[in-house]
Amino acid sequence: MKKFLAAAAVSALCATGALAEVKVGMITTLSGGGAGLGIDVRDGFMLAIAQSGRDDIEVVIEDDQRKPDIAVQLSDKMIQSERVDVMTGIIWSNLAMAVVPAAVNQNVFYLSPNAGPSPLAGKGCHQNYFNVAWQNDNLHEAAGAYANGAGYKNSFIMAPNYPAGVDALTGYKRFFDGDLAGEIYTELGQTDYAAEIAQIRASDADSVFFFLPGGMGISFLKQYADSGIEKPVVGPAFSFDQGILQAVGDAALGVVNTSQWNKDIDNATNAAFVESFQAEYGRLPSLYASQGFDTANLLLSALDKADPSDADAFREALRAAEFDSTRGDFSFGSNHHPVQTIYAREVIKEGDVFTNKTLGVALENHADAYAAECKM
Amino acid sequence: MSSILIIEQILNGLQFGVMLFLMAAGLTLIFGVMGLINLAHGSLYMVGAFAAAAVAGATGSFLLALVAALAAAALAGAIVEMVVIRRLYKAPHLDQVLATFALILIFSEGTRWVFGSFPLFLDIPDALSGPVTLPGGIEYPLYRLTLIGIGLAVAVGLWALIERTRLGIRIRAGENDREMIAALGVDISKLYTLVFALGAALAGLAGALVGAIQSVQVGMGEPVLILAFVVIVIGGIGSVRGAFIGALLVGLTDTLGGVFLPELFKLFMDNGAAQKTGSALASMGIYVLMGLVLIWRPTGLFGARA
Repeated sequence: MKKFLAAAAVSALCATGALAEVKVGMITTLSGGGAGLGIDVRDGFMLAIAQSGRDDIEVVIEDDQRKPDIAVQLSDKMIQSERVDVMTGIIWSNLAMAVVPAAVNQNVFYLSPNAGPSPLAGKGCHQNYFNVAWQNDNLHEAAGAYANGAGYKNSFIMAPNYPAGVDALTGYKRFFDGDLAGEIYTELGQTDYAAEIAQIRASDADSVFFFLPGGMGISFLKQYADSGIEKPVVGPAFSFDQGILQAVGDAALGVVNTSQWNKDIDNATNAAFVESFQAEYGRLPSLYASQGFDTANLLLSALDKADPSDADAFREALRAAEFDSTRGDFSFGSNHHPVQTIYAREVIKEGDVFTNKTLGVALENHADAYAAECKM
Repeated sequence: MSSILIIEQILNGLQFGVMLFLMAAGLTLIFGVMGLINLAHGSLYMVGAFAAAAVAGATGSFLLALVAALAAAALAGAIVEMVVIRRLYKAPHLDQVLATFALILIFSEGTRWVFGSFPLFLDIPDALSGPVTLPGGIEYPLYRLTLIGIGLAVAVGLWALIERTRLGIRIRAGENDREMIAALGVDISKLYTLVFALGAALAGLAGALVGAIQSVQVGMGEPVLILAFVVIVIGGIGSVRGAFIGALLVGLTDTLGGVFLPELFKLFMDNGAAQKTGSALASMGIYVLMGLVLIWRPTGLFGARA
């Protein structure tokens, strides 16, 4: 199925007749538990490419099945036999760590539409690596800043026991001024949170912060709502994106979460993006879709100025980031990670559809904590 | 650490255990009667959850959703048995593993094809939502109490079926000597299909019940499948009683280990390090348990003596 889709995308592009001059390799997750994220990134990306009207860009799409070994094989194939100029698409930080360092060292440009592990922002930064989404800590830092503003003094914090989970709690603690009533590392992929919820109930916390992306967040929120505990919850947007909110249902209503994007951010690019995405795919876009869309537009803006074969000029064109982002102002910091405003959003119900409404700014023009370690 | 918290955690462990039992019972029956290792058992769990979510979405009735889950999983199980599994009884275990692994991929991609890649919504019924106050001032979700009740009822029902009915006699006979009961005129292939469908229905029921408090998504069955295998190895392969005891042991070990090991490490470590070490060790807890049981009894707690 996925091979067929990729082949269809390729043949559709070839069928337009022009000789493809720029080749883009997209490795993303299109099957398995995390497929919703990869599909959103792909759809956002391809929407921008289609809207550009350019027929000299060929996008090769492959499914990594969320497995690092497969991602590495695909990347070797794309670099060595497909000879792509630019790579993008990876969702998960552990896959990005397996693929990105090797790819950029072979003079391929890598534009990250999602994963932002701290090593690639700090000591392991590279001139050919650009992150268009966020550094992993960012949304959690914003959650900590929001919790201060909301007057929380004693938080119970929780994340899965893996690198991005540790980054998440580190990010929250970096900005949260209050005390910690408890700090729990859960198992990655855990689906039952009864034990953790009992500990939250027994603690004297006044708020709960959690980072549980995808299905883990759905399980936790449903069980938490059913437990009857009234302590307010904060978290990053990853458990409240458009793809999973419908599966959480009423349990998510009113929860505040932090994101660099929302569908009601007021600018012309975003309005057009939300409308055209809905028209094309028949569903509301998620933050992942907006990241895919922005990544493609960054690429297009750089291609307008320079060819990837002229690596220095192309790199400068990417660094300038002269494109209309769905987030409004967008610029890169010295380590090629975004400097951007992060918002607090609240989950609401519009008709029958659960979605987010922007409450206000959590962190203005926020850069990441690792830029100083990057010697480029 | 208060006694209320400890009792609440024991209830959580019990609830986790009885749901594991629903999975493990089918798995161990199928292995016991037919000698088949069925890796696709987790897919039947997923089929049950998706069928329940679809029917609950269309009709709004949780009861109908449970019926649909049972029916869909039993039907899927029966079809799979007749089309694929039947050809594998004489094959070596490696071929069975390979074929049923292929079934996992087919079920996963098939479900994605029908329902899409995004998780589905399945909520607990209003009548069972929210917490109840138990004697001693323990607040506990009513739905989880109901799950414990349903799990125990299924365990009793399964015991009665196997020990007290004609079908049960055939199942036990099939475990002991399949050539002999075939020679006595029992339609062995019909019996196999029936046992497979029964196991599948139990997995589907577990998927629907658990799906209401977790997420209904593609691939949800595989993590549970691994635990179910641990359960039947501990309990003794082929023994339903063993699966019950094993499931409760695994449920309690996993839940209580996850809570108390970090607390234990806090006595001589700082908070963050204790959490990380404690939760890492707790996730090994059930495998350590399995190892210890196997050293003590190499065929599991209730396994046939080799």
